[in-house]
Amino acid sequence: MTQTTPDAPVRRQRAQVKVRTLRTDRWWLTPLVTFLGLSSFLVYGVWAIIDTSNFVEPYIAPFASPCLSTSAVCDGARLFGWAPIGDWYALPPGLLILGLPGGFRLTCYYYRKSYYRSFWLSPAACSVQEPHGKYTGETRFPLIVQNIHRYFFYFALVIGAILTYDAILALVHKPLGLGSYILLANAVLILGYTLGCHSCRHITAGRLNHFSRHPLRYRAWTLVSKLNAKHQQWAWASMFSVMGADLYVRLVAKGIIAFPFA
Amino acid sequence: MEIERHEYDVVVIGAGGAGLRAAIEARQQGKRTAIVCKSLFGKAHTVMAEGGAAAAMGNVNSDDNWMVHFRDTMRGGKFLNNWRMAELHAKEAPDRVWELEAWGALFDRTKDGKISQRNFGGHEYPRLAHVGDRTGLEMIRTLQQRVVALQQEDYETHGDYEAYIKVFQECTVTRLLKQDDRIAGAFGYWRESGAYVLFDAPAVVLATGGIGKSYVVTSNSWEYTGDGHALALLAGAKLINMEFIQFHPTGMVWPPSVRGILVTESVRGDGGVLRNSEGERFMFQYIPEVFKDKYATTEEEGDRWYTDQANNRRPPELLPRDEVARAINAEVKAGRGSPQGGVYLDVSTRLPAEEIKRRLPSMHHQFKELADVDITAEPMQVGPTCHYIMGGVEVDADSGAASVPGLFAAGEVSGGMHGSNRLGGNSLSDLLVFGRRAGAGAAAYVESLAARPRPAQEAVDAARAEAEAPLQRSGENPYEVHQELQRTMNALVGIIRKADEVAEALEVVEKLKERAQLVGAAGSRVYNPGWHLALDLRNMVLVSECVARAALKREESRGGHTRDDFPGMNPEWRRKLLVCSTGDGRSVEVEERVQPSMRDDLITLFDRDELKKYLTDEEMAEFDGISK
Amino acid sequence: MSYKAKFKVWRGEGGEGKLEDFTVEVNEGEVVLDIIHRLQATQAPDLAVRWNCKAGKCGSCSMEINGKPRLGCMTRMSTFQEDETITVTPMRTFPVIKDLVTDVSFNYQKAREVPSFTPPEGVRPGEYRMQQVDVERSQEFRKCIECFMCNNVCHVIRDHEENKPAFSGPRFLMRIAELDMHPYDVADRKESAQQDHGLGYCNITKCCTEVCPEHIKITDNALIPMKERVVDRKYDPLVWLGNKIFKRSSK
Ligand SMILES: Cc1cc2nc3c(=O)[nH]c(=O)nc-3n(C[C@H](O)[C@H](O)[C@H](O)COP(=O)(O)OP(=O)(O)OC[C@H]3O[C@@H](n4cnc5c(N)ncnc54)[C@H](O)[C@@H]3O)c2cc1C
Ligand code: SF4
Ligand code: SF4
Ligand code: FES
Ligand code: FES
Repeated sequence: MTQTTPDAPVRRQRAQVKVRTLRTDRWWLTPLVTFLGLSSFLVYGVWAIIDTSNFVEPYIAPFASPCLSTSAVCDGARLFGWAPIGDWYALPPGLLILGLPGGFRLTCYYYRKSYYRSFWLSPAACSVQEPHGKYTGETRFPLIVQNIHRYFFYFALVIGAILTYDAILALVHKPLGLGSYILLANAVLILGYTLGCHSCRHITAGRLNHFSRHPLRYRAWTLVSKLNAKHQQWAWASMFSVMGADLYVRLVAKGIIAFPFA
Repeated sequence: MEIERHEYDVVVIGAGGAGLRAAIEARQQGKRTAIVCKSLFGKAHTVMAEGGAAAAMGNVNSDDNWMVHFRDTMRGGKFLNNWRMAELHAKEAPDRVWELEAWGALFDRTKDGKISQRNFGGHEYPRLAHVGDRTGLEMIRTLQQRVVALQQEDYETHGDYEAYIKVFQECTVTRLLKQDDRIAGAFGYWRESGAYVLFDAPAVVLATGGIGKSYVVTSNSWEYTGDGHALALLAGAKLINMEFIQFHPTGMVWPPSVRGILVTESVRGDGGVLRNSEGERFMFQYIPEVFKDKYATTEEEGDRWYTDQANNRRPPELLPRDEVARAINAEVKAGRGSPQGGVYLDVSTRLPAEEIKRRLPSMHHQFKELADVDITAEPMQVGPTCHYIMGGVEVDADSGAASVPGLFAAGEVSGGMHGSNRLGGNSLSDLLVFGRRAGAGAAAYVESLAARPRPAQEAVDAARAEAEAPLQRSGENPYEVHQELQRTMNALVGIIRKADEVAEALEVVEKLKERAQLVGAAGSRVYNPGWHLALDLRNMVLVSECVARAALKREESRGGHTRDDFPGMNPEWRRKLLVCSTGDGRSVEVEERVQPSMRDDLITLFDRDELKKYLTDEEMAEFDGISK
Repeated sequence: MSYKAKFKVWRGEGGEGKLEDFTVEVNEGEVVLDIIHRLQATQAPDLAVRWNCKAGKCGSCSMEINGKPRLGCMTRMSTFQEDETITVTPMRTFPVIKDLVTDVSFNYQKAREVPSFTPPEGVRPGEYRMQQVDVERSQEFRKCIECFMCNNVCHVIRDHEENKPAFSGPRFLMRIAELDMHPYDVADRKESAQQDHGLGYCNITKCCTEVCPEHIKITDNALIPMKERVVDRKYDPLVWLGNKIFKRSSK
């Protein structure tokens, strides 16, 4: 201490303000909206895994891509016609791969912030007291596992590439349908989200102390930093776009959407 | 109540740039050092400095060197400077700045990785080491962190962070204590608890900054109540040059609650121009005779200078501060001011918005938040504000020693270095150069002492009774006395002075002196701002009297002292310093003293033609003798 | 132009105290600190408040205004409705000395526990060469005016006094990041960021960034990058292996 106090300080305590917060604005609105938004995504995700109409030439629903088995559920949608795990697997394809994008988002620095705030209320909003008696943050299991985010990032890059590939496949297909553009838009948003990742920022050049000695990596870092500054917006946009695109494909597959250029 | 007592070798009063640098030096010389400051550690006034620290490192223009810097400083101070200080300052500033870098400071860089330097008024070359427009913050944080580093070292060796250097924050010193004629310690109180504290120390370094709170419109904070000036006077030391107060040309003028807050000179250094309500760049009309050949005479030339400094002269917006402040004052008086009583300072038409935000981030922020003005899109309104006092404790240039043995002073509280007007950026480097010298001087003095003086008990009792008095009285509200003092000084001893007005001010000050003796402070002693102000009033009144008396005496206009009734500079007055002292601790006496002549090798650094404008014929004859 | 505003100001010493009501004049262009000063000058001369610069440069006047940490000198009265009651309280995370003044020594203590800048041996003052792009990240963090509002708002210690020994708060985690990114610093700070200063307690909920008056992106630019640097050291076997094989260090 630099001695703010005379040598024997009187017993000191905080100002006794007995309310949870003195904020007068609608601080609960953001966590509430976030809660609803994230919940809707979860609910949709579960449904999408169970739902089997995930493919209609030339579209594959993003939640079911890549299709890795030969089982009938995604026949015709296999990546390069490749089915590494053979045909014994008969469960929904989403179940196989959704762990990766799911884990990516679950450990994403932005999503962490948003669900710690809206689900765990820790804190619900700034200078609003949290309801928990004890707090250890991300110092121990299970939350310490959040530190593996960068591995999910590597996988997410692959998934991003596959979704782009899916979109390109759909785009070269004749006749061109609205779905192709939807898949393309989704792929762009997913890539924007993925490349703006904090781990990506770290890997490109964030870990260096001399940008000037690595001009290319520094350039990459600058670009990633630009995306990263809007990571929250990318996160929401890509979350809704992936949901929207997925739903669209399924609705087309089910024949519910059936106009000529669908 | 028992008085808390601490023994130290050196007590540094003030934790601004000067105080911290002095304390670091004293500790590095192995002396047990205390730092005492009125506000929290790291909040001293130095934190507000924006533009930069002047040091002739020659990073941007390799023609720069100490001699050029020395010349600029003397010129800026109208040759009234203590030339030895100006010399030491110019020679040592680069080392002091580099030292900061080795302690962790991160200045803005040049292309080849050196410390970048910017232009500022009165400096011939780009010379100010800076970090955006928050150089003071960088400096104080670096010094603060250096103190912490030393404490960590002490922790390693002694197991106690505070074994050799300790910060007493939110602690105000109200009296220096002596034994016979030597300094023996200091007396003060904790702002937080109101408890008294006694420092028993043979050497005291004053680094308390300035006096701006005696004025209404000022860029200074509440700390600037002239405590160090008053403490020194009351301890028997002398103040010089107190008539010279720098009014910074560009303070905010609107809204009223922020009137006076500084708009950094870098705005002009980076291209900002001054216009009156008719849209005219009026500074071209105000280039004084002595500077005629150094400044551009057309807007085109001035504009070219920003990109090509070798072949053009600088625009007159970058004249020394006193000139610009007077020019703005004159424009407003002539009815060509802005609606709220200032003039316009515009960068929005001079630089792209992005560039403005990058170079002047805190100005952008300050105007946006406080005045709702976007400086990238519209001009600012600015006017002069009380900014800096050139005068202060008379010290020995090499050691910072005042005339009282054991008393040292550095930084704004010391006098002489800047003569009649300080150049922008010369203060931050002054703090470092003379802070270090005062710290070393104090350490050497302690070393040389045969016996340690002890504060006399009667003096302690008297200091205590004096501090206690306002709490015991139910008198006038100290805020009212303060406001009247501020109004008086602002109106009557401001930028432009007249004999009768200053005399009137002296009468008011005399009455305020009585009233200050009678103010009361209601409430407890725990963090009671009314009480604190009541104690500061003594200092403000005393220092205001020095300013007014010296201003009345100096019958010429020079630098930060402009007499309406004596508009010109007078070479006879150049050699005279006005020295303030007090015999009884209540009234101030002013004497004239002759300034020693400049050393031969220094005076010959100047052109004869230039010297002619400042020196008497007699002195010129002497000069001709030397230069032959 | 001017109107009477209703204020509630927390008053008391050493924790005990209550909100007191005031009605006070407000003029155009004023900030909350001006109003506190008006209260001092007219109604409550012993009302305690810290301030220095009145221009958002020194970080002295931190307080909570309508429950939000703010600088009193940078909160314009025009951001409130004229009929709104404005509540002013001291920072909640630190013990109160009196009224709006809190004991912030926690911060100075933590500052002292961060090992200082450690340059390599043998570089003399004046020999430092650094490129602007290399110092920019740390420069952002050095804009900090030490208002301590980020430490005040951080729920890790605001809501859990017991975490204070283990957690240095965003201000000083950012200081560690600043030094770790300094081109000339050779100390290893990653291990200690996690072990001694509690980086793991931060759950990146960004309240520090929200309140920072200097608009420093504390979470995005200091805390998360620091977390990633710690991952390099502690949780990423690939990086560890790479460093072993190529004998390089991240510095
Ligand atoms: C807005 C602004 C911008 C400026 N910009 C520049 C610039 O760009 N370049 C430049 O060179 N200069 C600049 N200056 C001038 C320069 O900042 C100051 O002159 C300089 O910081 C003074 O430093 P100091 O160390 O003498 O005192 P300060 O930094 O003012 O420190 C004074 C210290 O003394 C303590 N103190 C005072 N009285 C007592 C007491 N009775 N008991 C205990 N402690 C006491 C205070 O608490 C404080 O810690 C600027 C000034 C202002 C106001
Ligand atoms: S982001 Fe981390 S450090 Fe900042 S307030 Fe939230 S928990 Fe605290
Ligand atoms: S980081 Fe920002 S909020 Fe925290 S102390 Fe510094 S200026 Fe204040
Ligand atoms: S994806 Fe959000 S931080 Fe990595
Ligand atoms: S008074 Fe300095 S930040 Fe408010």
